[in-house]
Amino acid sequence: MASYILRRVLVTLPVMAIVALFVFSLLYIAPGDPAAVIAGDQASPADVERIRQSLGLDQPFLVQFGGWCWRILHLDLGTSIFTNLPVTSMIAQRIEPTLSLMMLTLALTLVIAVPLGVIAAWKAGSWIDRSIMAFAVSAFSLPVFVVGYVLAYVFALELDWLPVQGYTPFSEGVWPWLQNLILPSVALGSVYIALIARITRASMLEVLQQDYVRTARAKGLGQRDVLFIHALKNAAVPIVTVIGIGVALLIGGAVVTESVFAIPGLGRLTVDAILRRDYPVIQGIVLMFSFLYTLVNLMVDVTYTLLDPRIRY
Amino acid sequence: MDRRTVLKGLAGAGTLAATGSLPMPALSQGAAARTLRLVPQADLANFDPVWTTQYVVRNAAVLVWETLYGFDEKLQPQRQMVESEENSSDGLTWTFRLRPGLKFHDGEPVRAKDVVASLTRWSNRDPMGLMLKAIQNELTAVDDRTFKWVLKRPYPKMLLALGKNSTPCAFIMPERIAQTDPFKQINEYVGSGPMKFVRSEWVPGAKSVFEKFADYVPRQEKNSWFAGGKQMLLDRIEWVVIPDPATASAALQSGEVDWWENPLPDLVPVLRKNRNINVDIADPLGNIGSFRMNHLHPPFNDVRARRAVLTAMNQEDYMRALVGDDTSLWKTLPGFFTPNTPLYTEEGGEILKMRNLDAAKKLLAESGYANQPVSCIVAQDQVITKAQGDVTADLLKRMGMNVDFVATDWGTVGTRRAQKAPHNQGGWEMFHTWHAGADCINPAVYIAIRASGDKAWYGWPDSPAVEKEVTAWFDARSLDEEKAAVRRLNKAALEDVVYAPTGFFLSYTAWRKNVSGIVKGPVPFFWGVSKTA
Repeated sequence: MASYILRRVLVTLPVMAIVALFVFSLLYIAPGDPAAVIAGDQASPADVERIRQSLGLDQPFLVQFGGWCWRILHLDLGTSIFTNLPVTSMIAQRIEPTLSLMMLTLALTLVIAVPLGVIAAWKAGSWIDRSIMAFAVSAFSLPVFVVGYVLAYVFALELDWLPVQGYTPFSEGVWPWLQNLILPSVALGSVYIALIARITRASMLEVLQQDYVRTARAKGLGQRDVLFIHALKNAAVPIVTVIGIGVALLIGGAVVTESVFAIPGLGRLTVDAILRRDYPVIQGIVLMFSFLYTLVNLMVDVTYTLLDPRIRY
Repeated sequence: MDRRTVLKGLAGAGTLAATGSLPMPALSQGAAARTLRLVPQADLANFDPVWTTQYVVRNAAVLVWETLYGFDEKLQPQRQMVESEENSSDGLTWTFRLRPGLKFHDGEPVRAKDVVASLTRWSNRDPMGLMLKAIQNELTAVDDRTFKWVLKRPYPKMLLALGKNSTPCAFIMPERIAQTDPFKQINEYVGSGPMKFVRSEWVPGAKSVFEKFADYVPRQEKNSWFAGGKQMLLDRIEWVVIPDPATASAALQSGEVDWWENPLPDLVPVLRKNRNINVDIADPLGNIGSFRMNHLHPPFNDVRARRAVLTAMNQEDYMRALVGDDTSLWKTLPGFFTPNTPLYTEEGGEILKMRNLDAAKKLLAESGYANQPVSCIVAQDQVITKAQGDVTADLLKRMGMNVDFVATDWGTVGTRRAQKAPHNQGGWEMFHTWHAGADCINPAVYIAIRASGDKAWYGWPDSPAVEKEVTAWFDARSLDEEKAAVRRLNKAALEDVVYAPTGFFLSYTAWRKNVSGIVKGPVPFFWGVSKTA
């Protein structure tokens, strides 16, 4: 197992290199000029050109790419064109809100979606199953921002239970931290809950037809033990796979959710950087997310071995 | 006891249980009342008001840095950091004396050498500064509080240059910071203004914080815009960036923020219904919508084609698309200068009142237009440009032009408009923008009106008649002379169609009723503003 994990980590390196080349090239050929955005509307074309030169944006592709790669090899993601702050410190400033949002959403999803899917499979064809699936279809169909607006209107504006926007660091207390994350997590998690609930149901339906489940029931095991100990464990592999894939969904959703709820996370940083053509920031974030995604997939693969002893690497 | 109190109580218990420690102390009622939260027009992504000309940077910079002079609400430069000035009888030597007690946020006194370094950096970037630099003999510190600017020829607009609020302003920084290359960003944000920038709490894209500078000594005069006594009644100002207008609106209604600098007109009715919120015009100087044609290539290198567009256009269409049907918020503008300011004129503005499509078609045919594609670049991520772009595309089509509508974002417009190449090599024929009214009050601050060909703003208009009148304005010694020059300038600029003004419009600002002292102006002014709990 250890050698497998090591191999997988090493495989990450060429993946990261390809991502780096792809991102850099894409940004290089994309239209847009950070110098013009920095200079502002009142600046003369000559000023814009001077700023472009001072930022090194007038240099050939290979020179820029070579310099960037060299810095990456030294674990330096560069400096933001706009803020003049190191990209690593900008990411460090923003990573807590995004990770908090994603972890809470993930936790919320697992706590709600898996039991819902199991119950729907157990009561397949009943009104309970139909209700759960109707909820899943609705949640899956509604865009995150619509859910976000509705939640903010009801629970923040009308009921005055929770704040509309912002983020409080965990270090300032659990409840203040949670207060700011409840609505965004529910909004972001709605699609995810729907997806996982459906996958769990489908997977459970398949497992519940199998002989060993019938045997377990024949042995007189209770419904809860059959469902959650015997069946769910065997149904878990596709669920875990979708959870892993869904991290990309969460990253994408975080961009929208953070904008709607004004959470100063990496999603908003990404959007701001793209709109301003802040190349070092975009490149740094994409690299970080690709690394994170690769890591999540590795964790998913490792989890398979825990769920199914037949899987060996 | 209400539900929220119960929840907060539970929260406190939960926090104690979870962390095993006491939660962070909450702001006392008094402290909360002295902290004001503003949703600014844009994010403060960098903080060098000379390096960039972005308005949001200027708006934040006026809290942290001071200028030698400041514009009052009558648009007159008044002494700010300066105690006195003297201009020699030949008009060539200006001697300025700083007022006593000026201090930077790092505790150092403001000295004349700081002013010299700051003006040197500024004069490398600002159009008026560049003019001064071109006629400068020397700029030197005489002693700690006196500096001298010796010129090769008189420059009557000196005080205006030093006090203007159009970007970049002549902010005074410590010498060590002001020695930074003007095309590179500064790394220290130390000024002598009434508020200090709290760099440790700055999260670009989310929050900027300013704290009261205890050693600031305001002038004795009553404050008026950028001039007079900047009395800070607040201890702390937080700029909270909320990118989504609906969320900003909700945050203002719930009291999470105190002031929203520029709410969308669509959301104003909702805000007006809230009894805790005031809504009013933000800036009486407003904005001027515009689109610029490329003077370098066909069809708009022919003045008849440009005049054809002006002949056909109806500014009312633009304003209704942009602002809506509330006519108190906009007006048509048969000229280039900001209404209700001393130099406003409609001289030569008849062409913008014609709205004659047939005459426009005739002019276009005379220009030799041969149905070549006309790329109309429109940033879709800016409400103002999008609305204008849609109207222009329709106008051009009705004129019989072959429109290549390029829907893009503002960042791409920034690149594309700098291309001087012809259409088939990535060039352009038309793009949309707008100008703050404060930047259109006189030719010195009005970069968009200049028509110096290759050195002019995008579109590169070349009109010796316009430039002649700009020079005449700079040389004018009285307001009457200035007005006469601007009348001729307006006429020449319309005849040569430097650009197409689409109308004058105002925007709103909204704040909670427990905040008082907010005045209308080109930036959100915080001096004199207070807040009750």
